[in-house]
Amino acid sequence: MPRIIFFQPDGQRREVEAPVGSSVMLAAVQNNVRGIDADCGGCCSCATCHCYVDAAFLERLPAPEDMELEMLGGTAAERRPNSRLGCQIAMTAELDGLVVRLPDRQV
Amino acid sequence: MATAGARALVVVGASHAGAQVAASARAAGHAGPIRLIGEEPCLPYQRPPLSKGFLLGKVDAATLPIRAAAFYREEAIDLLPGTRVAAIDRSARTVTTAAGQRIGYDRLVLAVGARPRLPPVPGIALDGVLALRSLADAERLRERLPSVGAAVVIGGGFIGLEVAAALTALGKRVTVLEAQDRLLARAAAAPLAVHVAAVHRARGVDVRLRTTAARIDGADGRTRAVVCDDGSVLPADLVVVGIGVVPETALAAAAGLACTDGVEVDRFASTADPAVLAVGDCCRHPNAYAGRSLRLESVQHAVDQAKAAGATAAGRPTPYEAVPWFWSDQFDMKLQMVGLCAGWTHHVVRGDPATGRFSIFYFRDGRLLAIDSINRAAEHVAGRRLLAAGRSPSADEVADESFDLAAAARA
Repeated sequence: MPRIIFFQPDGQRREVEAPVGSSVMLAAVQNNVRGIDADCGGCCSCATCHCYVDAAFLERLPAPEDMELEMLGGTAAERRPNSRLGCQIAMTAELDGLVVRLPDRQV
Repeated sequence: MATAGARALVVVGASHAGAQVAASARAAGHAGPIRLIGEEPCLPYQRPPLSKGFLLGKVDAATLPIRAAAFYREEAIDLLPGTRVAAIDRSARTVTTAAGQRIGYDRLVLAVGARPRLPPVPGIALDGVLALRSLADAERLRERLPSVGAAVVIGGGFIGLEVAAALTALGKRVTVLEAQDRLLARAAAAPLAVHVAAVHRARGVDVRLRTTAARIDGADGRTRAVVCDDGSVLPADLVVVGIGVVPETALAAAAGLACTDGVEVDRFASTADPAVLAVGDCCRHPNAYAGRSLRLESVQHAVDQAKAAGATAAGRPTPYEAVPWFWSDQFDMKLQMVGLCAGWTHHVVRGDPATGRFSIFYFRDGRLLAIDSINRAAEHVAGRRLLAAGRSPSADEVADESFDLAAAARA
């Protein structure tokens, strides 16, 4: 099963397994990783699963759809070039070892 | 006298609001025990997908919990699922469960939600007539789907329309009955409702306005057809009722707390008894954005009010002042609404509705009240910032697509 390495806002490193097809947001919630709110439950409506994807993985991810890009305009923490919404990143085998940093606030 | 750290917080109701109160009270420094009591047998879960992705089979129950069990353990939140609270004794500061267990509190938060309203028509108790509120409701509905050819949805509100969209996508023949002269009469403005009705009809939903169910006919206890007030008969293997909810006020009322279409609370979510708070769907609160008292049924309201109430319960009084926002997904429409449009006198459409991507801005006396966005998330996001900052671009500005809303929101 592919792994995701989260860095929580407190700096703690959390390595979790995420089934293929599951989202980065869901992996965080199900493993009690701190720093993701996910208020809308993963339907790209709230922008509270904002995360920063490690540059080495950015190109391996499918490009964000328009809706995600538009919602990223509403993140509480600074939007950066590697900002994504965790609910819109589906895990694949190729993403094994994905490194994701979580911002200090989601609202 | 007990120290502040030893004070016991009891939260009755373990859905979006209850779970958030418990988490926010802990985050705000509440050091005493926290008990989160829920009637359902599971972890607090996301309700919005129940009428959308869950029905479509895109979301399964295992992915619904708002937080993992480990979260409640780490935060020392004692979750009591499958537990119904039968009474509150405010003088003794205890709640009593249906099983007779007495649980003491220093602060009590009621997050008991609301229950679906059912029309008083013959046949409402037939097998095959369902409302949709809980995971159990959604599971019953989903289990039944393979044997459903035709469905009637009673009520053209958000839940009814989301169910209609999901059932249509699954190949069912769907009729929506709405008593009013337009859809979304309780929850949204007419310009949005007109567009939503057109989209549903284009997708094959039979939308019947000014029409109600007179009775539901069955055979062998099972639903067969809905007979409308105009005499028409609609075959129906399934009837889904979505005509609004009734706030759960019985516990509060029996405990002598004031209730008027909801448990009455102040802007800190406190009832007249400072030891008892109420949050979410069940409460009527003075809404800072609306400038009047109202009741809201939404995830945003549940979560944001619960954050304030959690801090208040932890001894850091925090008023609830968020700008209301809502969302709904129907067919390929992502509807995002921010603000409250009640009292609007003028509206402006930004973008071309024919493209399926546009926003509707509602004004009163030149002041922006609310924005409905259809597949225009950027404008919703900008609108949240504008309204939170109390800014109001003019109607002429928003009608001009070259006017940069995002920049106005940042200004």
